[in-house]
Amino acid sequence: MVGDGAMGTLLFERGLKPGEAPEAATLSHRYVLVEITAAYVAAGADLVETNTFGASPLKLALSGLEERLVTLNVEAVRIAREVAGSRAYVIGSCGPSGRLLEPYGDTEAVAVYDSFQAQVAVLADEGVDGIFVETMTDLGEAKLAVTAVKDTWPEMPVAALMTFDPTPRGFFTIMGVSVEAAAEALADAGADAVGSNCGNGIEHMIEIAAEFRRHTDLPLVIQPNAGLPRTTNGKIVYDETPEFMAERARELVRHDVSVIGGCCGTTPEHIAAVRKVVDGG
Amino acid sequence: MSLIEISNAVMTGDHARVGELTRRLIADGTDPKTILDDGLIAGMNVIGERFRVHEIFLPEVLLAAKAMYAGMDLLKPLLIRDGIPSIGKVVIGSVRGDLHDIGKNLVGIMLKGAGFDVIDLGHDVSPERFVRTAQTENAVVIGMSALLTTTMPVMREVVDLVRAEGLDERISTIVGGAPVTEAFAKDIGADAYGFDAAKAVVVVKDLMGRP
Repeated sequence: MVGDGAMGTLLFERGLKPGEAPEAATLSHRYVLVEITAAYVAAGADLVETNTFGASPLKLALSGLEERLVTLNVEAVRIAREVAGSRAYVIGSCGPSGRLLEPYGDTEAVAVYDSFQAQVAVLADEGVDGIFVETMTDLGEAKLAVTAVKDTWPEMPVAALMTFDPTPRGFFTIMGVSVEAAAEALADAGADAVGSNCGNGIEHMIEIAAEFRRHTDLPLVIQPNAGLPRTTNGKIVYDETPEFMAERARELVRHDVSVIGGCCGTTPEHIAAVRKVVDGG
Repeated sequence: MSLIEISNAVMTGDHARVGELTRRLIADGTDPKTILDDGLIAGMNVIGERFRVHEIFLPEVLLAAKAMYAGMDLLKPLLIRDGIPSIGKVVIGSVRGDLHDIGKNLVGIMLKGAGFDVIDLGHDVSPERFVRTAQTENAVVIGMSALLTTTMPVMREVVDLVRAEGLDERISTIVGGAPVTEAFAKDIGADAYGFDAAKAVVVVKDLMGRP
């Protein structure tokens, strides 16, 4: 399947101001969100993610938006469903809480669990087809998110994606989680699919996918960035073109990756190019 | 002997033991600056190096930092009483519009671990606040962090403001963050670029050598 591409980077390109939470755009820039979602559906995405990445109670609290929990999640799902119709699945996006767990941080596990559960309750109620727990770097948090979904909605498909950095010793998240550790723990927690998003262009993601494949039989979800961002003449540029990404997407298909989508810097053009390759072009 | 035990306790993140050993050494009359340098900072330096080569990651650094702070809290009143200056004062923050702070927090930890006095202004910090604070606190370095490419331009504003206020002889600027590059740092006229938290300490120490 082909996933959708970036939302945040496109929102910033189309008028979201630095410092504004992308989730707020669901209400303040509704027409832009509709446009972007429609472009991904038209490009051939089999699923669209809701604009709710930072819409958990804990994360919203960092922008003072916690009382808008229900509105932000409900409206985001509605927009996605309206646009996708029956052409694409609507997947609820759940990103990190923004807090660090005890003992190295100050937040209790139960607070993080409750936060994910509260967000998923709204998403599930509004009828999402599945949940992507994504851009995770802390294994404890990722496990809490997956169990928060499965404990109450055992039939809700959930994919857990982590963000890795290449190091001389292999791929690790900033919290020190290896691909192997992620694969085992997340499968154990009940994830229906595992994988990675963000942090890397497609070439490193191919290596990450291969490493996941060595440690799990679960379906894999891979969403690369369009490379790493670069500023040139005041403009932000992502170097990996749709053609570059699509060409290498063949490798992901060869590694039996079930969902190939895009993260920061990717566009409907990237998704369309990947669609062609996935369809056998 | 006990100084090595303190370093080890910092490295293993045992904040209770760091506190206990620090109290014991203070009671025995050990010079507070020695406890700080050869016990706490020595331990944090090892942590910094291990982190730099990806032997350990954030959780270990954060736990070690907590342990280090346990000792520092006990030493601080004594250091002030003895008139021991810190190596230097650094003002850090994530620039206006940016909420990301893990990297900046790490830099703060590493700088404190190296003996600097760190004033962390948090996130979403305006150029005016960076410069005002550096002035009133007599800081010699302003460290700026950004994770969003859209907030990086604010770094240029801070550098320009330092210059406009005639403070560029007194205050050095250093920038860092995932999307920030050496080229960008040069382009905006920053005095230095910090690739990561561990490198930032080395660079800030270098900057201190400047007039």
